[in-house]
Parts: sequence; structure tokens; C-alpha cells
Amino acid sequence: MKLVRLIEFLRDRLKPLIKICYVLLGLLVVVDALPFFVHKEGHSHTEIERLPGFWSVFGFVACVAIILVSKWYGHAGIMKRENFYDE
Amino acid sequence: MNSPWIHPSLILIAGALLLPLVPRALKKAYLVGVPILVFLTVLRMSAGTFGQISFLDKWTMTFGRVDSLSLVFGYIMALMCIIGSLYGAHVQDNKQHAAAWIYVAGSIGAIFAGDFITLFLFWEIMAFSSVFLVWFRGRPESQGAGYRYLLVHVAGGLALLLGMVLHCTKVGSWDFVQMDVHHPTAGIWLIMLGFILNAAVPPLHAWLPDAYGEATFNGSVFMCAFTTKTAVYALCRGCAGMEILVPLGVIMALYGVVYAVLENDCRRLLAYHIISQVGYMVAGVGLGTQMAINGACAHAFAHILYKGLLFMGCGTVLHMTGESKFTELGGLWRKMPWTFVFTLIGGLSISAFPLFSGFVSKSMIVSAGFEEHKLWVGFLLMLASAGTFLHTGLKVPYFIWFGKNKPRPEVEARAGDPPWNMAMAMAIASFLCIFIGCYTPYLYRMLPYPEVAAEYGKSVYSSYHVSETLQILLFTALGFFLLLKKLTPEPTISLDMDWFYRMGGRAFRAFARGPVQAVDTLVGELYRLAGLIPLMLTARVAGFFDNKVIDGAVDGVAYSVAAVGRRLRGAQRGQMQENLAISFAVAAVLLLALLLFTNALTR
Repeated sequence: MKLVRLIEFLRDRLKPLIKICYVLLGLLVVVDALPFFVHKEGHSHTEIERLPGFWSVFGFVACVAIILVSKWYGHAGIMKRENFYDE
Repeated sequence: MNSPWIHPSLILIAGALLLPLVPRALKKAYLVGVPILVFLTVLRMSAGTFGQISFLDKWTMTFGRVDSLSLVFGYIMALMCIIGSLYGAHVQDNKQHAAAWIYVAGSIGAIFAGDFITLFLFWEIMAFSSVFLVWFRGRPESQGAGYRYLLVHVAGGLALLLGMVLHCTKVGSWDFVQMDVHHPTAGIWLIMLGFILNAAVPPLHAWLPDAYGEATFNGSVFMCAFTTKTAVYALCRGCAGMEILVPLGVIMALYGVVYAVLENDCRRLLAYHIISQVGYMVAGVGLGTQMAINGACAHAFAHILYKGLLFMGCGTVLHMTGESKFTELGGLWRKMPWTFVFTLIGGLSISAFPLFSGFVSKSMIVSAGFEEHKLWVGFLLMLASAGTFLHTGLKVPYFIWFGKNKPRPEVEARAGDPPWNMAMAMAIASFLCIFIGCYTPYLYRMLPYPEVAAEYGKSVYSSYHVSETLQILLFTALGFFLLLKKLTPEPTISLDMDWFYRMGGRAFRAFARGPVQAVDTLVGELYRLAGLIPLMLTARVAGFFDNKVIDGAVDGVAYSVAAVGRRLRGAQRGQMQENLAISFAVAAVLLLALLLFTNALTR
């Protein structure tokens, strides 16, 4: 199975793979800051979106907020043992 | 084009009825052939009004209103019916296939319905056939979930019916067209209530994860596509521009995301993400601009495919391993690599990755929000997008196919890629998800306002839009891997709005067991005291007294009271089919009476 071998190949090189991912994330922000690549005029809806990397910060904060708020909500009494409704 | 107009639902219903006669060797071909025939019928439809039937001199039922709005929904539903039937084609149980097809027939029928009566008819067919897809799972839990599903939908159906009667007698027409949503009457509110219950808008949404998480592995594939999207169609048709739908849609989009974090069952997680995704569509309908309605339709179209694909992926895991909980799964990449790839494609599509279907549909609604200068709508929907990728794109694939958790040895032994028909269905859906994302005119040309869509298509792959999306999604992924420990699935269930009717039902049962039964016993006791003691007294004091008179009278009263008690108890014990049938008969009689009454008045 070639597909399994590919996944295996990537899993064996997890550390360098993660490094590549970090570099890509950095590049994404850099490219966003260059008007030559990303035309913000006429596409962005608000002023704040024109800040370089705005959506990166938004995405990261959104993700962390969703996880923390949801888990807090769940542990505040919403999550129950699996047989909660059994009689 | 002089051939008679054939209703696609009719083909499906006839096909379902003929299923038992088809020899086993031809079954798979038949199961795929009939939906293909339905799809071809939808394809060669031209715009117009067809299939009108008049009755009682005054009413006309329109079975075939064909225009761009109904065509785009009819097209995708027929297509999904092919994929879903192919996916379950190896299941040797006619009942399941018949239920699924009648359910699809209900959905397609509702979409082509031109008046409220026809709409209601098919609306109810949908509810009453889809419940069997839950019951056929055969677990004790499925029975309860099915009954709850049915009860909620019957309540929604009654709201719709009442609204219809109020609205239509007021405006004097039963045509199902855009309503005056800026001056809503009680009738319009009730109709909208019936619609948004089917669209699973909180707090009327708990039936969805309850039923979809409990249905058969292929039943859920059908259910996830049809009920909510028919409701989206109905909202587009009747309630476009109704402002309350905008905040409701945004709440939906976020509500689903929060519960998806807590969920331990992969199919229930996907179900919560239906709520989230339908939230975009509901918000789009509420915005009501041409771009927003286009967006709602495009997103419904894309959603049916990628959500079907995701339910097929998780359904395959359930079908092969018997497990759907994250705490029981993990590390399956070596055993089920193809299922992983297909599910991942579904996950990337729902997350709106560039080149996948969600990217070209979801952004239309978000842009419409920004363009209407409703900034909070735009930003909150963006927030929900991050949550979508977090769960469906990352959590589902990670905790099923990777992760630290090891499944039990027998679960791992059962795991493996599925039979060819399931894999093929997933492959077709995957192809379509990518095709829609890469070649936008395919979808955009079908939308109700094709020129607006074509104009939008010019900027959908602009550098800004791509950069914006990639940043949100990839930095969400960063957050996911940094907080991975916090996201470890926990073997719990989450309380939701169904708590009220589950516990309410329990309170009612306790009431039946306590006071009602006590009254029942008391009546028995009274019967003994009031029946036997006077009997003996009279026998002793006056032997000639005709004891049969007393006995008969008391007997009759006691028997009728006892019978009432039995009926009340029966209602608690699951003879609910009978009760539902009665309530429906009453509703139907009321409707007919009203029709005749108004008929007599207007004459």
C-alpha cells in the first residue's frame, strides 16, 4: 500500500516536518505583509484587516478561545457521565 | 418536449415499493439505477409549473413548481440520493432502502411543491419515513431517539400547519411564495417556527445530534443531507430577508462549534457541525440580498456533498469497527488509510480550504454580511470557521486515525477499508467536493442569481481571500496542536436542550406511576367498597333488591375510569404510534373542516 508507506514516511520525519510547518506559517504572515503579493485594496472590508497578519492572530486567538470557553462551559456541569439518562 | 411531466418523487416511491420484487443478483444495479433515473428526470426539467391537481373546486395542489431555486436543490438532492444509495448498496435489507428513498421523495416533493398543502404533505412524509432510519439501527437507544425525533417533528409539523392555515386564510391564497416578512403576522411566525425547527435552530435543535448519532451507518448519510437543507430551501423561498434569522444563524454557527468541542462521539460531533453550517445558510437567508441567497443555496449544495462525505467516512469507521467514540478509537491509519483520505477531503471542504468546495460557497455568505455592513456577522462567522476546521478538519481525523489512544484489540482487528461500493461512493463525493472548489462556474451557473454569482466568481480566488483563509485555518491548526492535551476526548455526554423533554417525559412518567396509578387503585378500592359492601348489605337487609342495578351502574363507571387509567399508562409505555396517529387524524380533520368552512364562507 503506497498510501500507508507515505504516511509512515511522514511520521518517521515528524520533527523536521514540524519545523517546515513553522517556516510555512511565518512565510504566510510575511507574504500577507507584502502588497506586491496580496492586494488588500478593494478586498478588505474594514481598516483593521489591513494590518499584516491580522487574520493569523484572529485564527489563533479564535482557536484558543473556542477551546478554552467550550471546555470551561462543559466542565461547568454540561458534561455528564455516559449513563446519565439511563434509569 | 411533449412527454408528460413525471414527478421525481413518484419514481422513488414506485422504486421503493417494487424493491422486494427485484432479484438479489440485480439488487445493487437497481439500487443505483433508480436514483440515476431520478437524477436524469431532474436534469431534463425545464422551468414552469406542472402537475397541478384541483380539488373541492377551489384548491389547486401544485406538485411541480420548477424554477432556478427549486432546480438547484432538486439537482443536489437527486445527486446525493445516488451517492447515498451506492454507499449502502451492500446492505441486504429492503426496508432500509425503501425508508431512505421515501424520505428523499418527501424532500424532493417538498422542494418542487408550489403550494402550502403539497409542501406540508411531503414535509410530513419526510419526518415519518426518516425516523425508520433511526429505528432500524435496532439498539434500545435507537428506539428512544427515534420516538423523540418523531415527537419533535410532529410538534414542528403542527406549528407549520397552524401557521399555514392562519397565513393562507388571511392572504387568501395557498401559494407558497415569499411572505411579507417585514410585517410578520402570527401565521408567518408559526410557519417560520416550523421551518427553523427542521433547520435545527437552537433551542429547537436537540433532535438532530440525538437522532443522527443514533441512526444506522448509512441512514445518517441520508439524514444529514435532506431534512435541514429542505428547511433551508423553504426559508429561502418564503422567509428571505427576515431579519431575526441573521442573529439566529450566527448563534447556530457558534453553538454547534461549542458542543463539538465537548463531543466524544464522532457522528454526534458531525451532527453539531451540521447545526453550525446550517447557521451560515440561515444567516444568509436572513440577510436576504441576492448575494446572500446565492450563498445560502451554494453552501447548501456544497454542504450536502461534504457532510455526506464526512458521515460516510465516520459511518465506515462505525460499520467496520463497531465503534464511533473517540475514546474507543485511535491509530487506525494503517488499517483504514483510504477512509482517512476521504474523510480528510470532507474535513478540508467543510473548513473552506482553497480548492475545496466550502471555500467558494461559505465566503459568499460572509461577504454578503460584510457588504451589508453587518461587521459582527462577518467576524463571528469567521470565528465559527476557525472552529469548523478545529473539529471536523483536525479533531475527527486526528483522534480516529492518529492520536495516543489505542483501541481494544478486537476493534483494531475488525478495522479495515470498506467494501468497494462504500469506497466508490466516498470517492465520487470527494471528487465533487474538489471539482466544485476548483471549477466555480459549475456551481455558480446553477444558482438563483447567476449573474451576481459570476461577478463574485471573479474575486473568489483573489490573493486577499486566499491569504485571509489560509492564515485563519493554519493558525487554528497551530492552536490545535499546542492545546492538544486539552482536547483529549472524554467519555462523557453533554446536556443539551433535549434534557428538558427527556426529563419532562420522566416527570410525566413519574406522575403516571404515582398519582395516576394511585387514583386507579383508589377507584378499584372504591369499586370494592361501593360495590361489594352495599351489595352484601342490600342482600342482607333487603334480599329482594335488584342488585344488578347497583352492580351494573358502579361496574360501568369503574370500568370506564380504569380504562382511562390504562390508556394514560399506555401512553407512557411506548404505544406512541397510536397516539401520534390520533393526533394526526385530529389535525387532518381540523384542517379539512377549516378548508370547508372557509370555502362556505367565501362562496
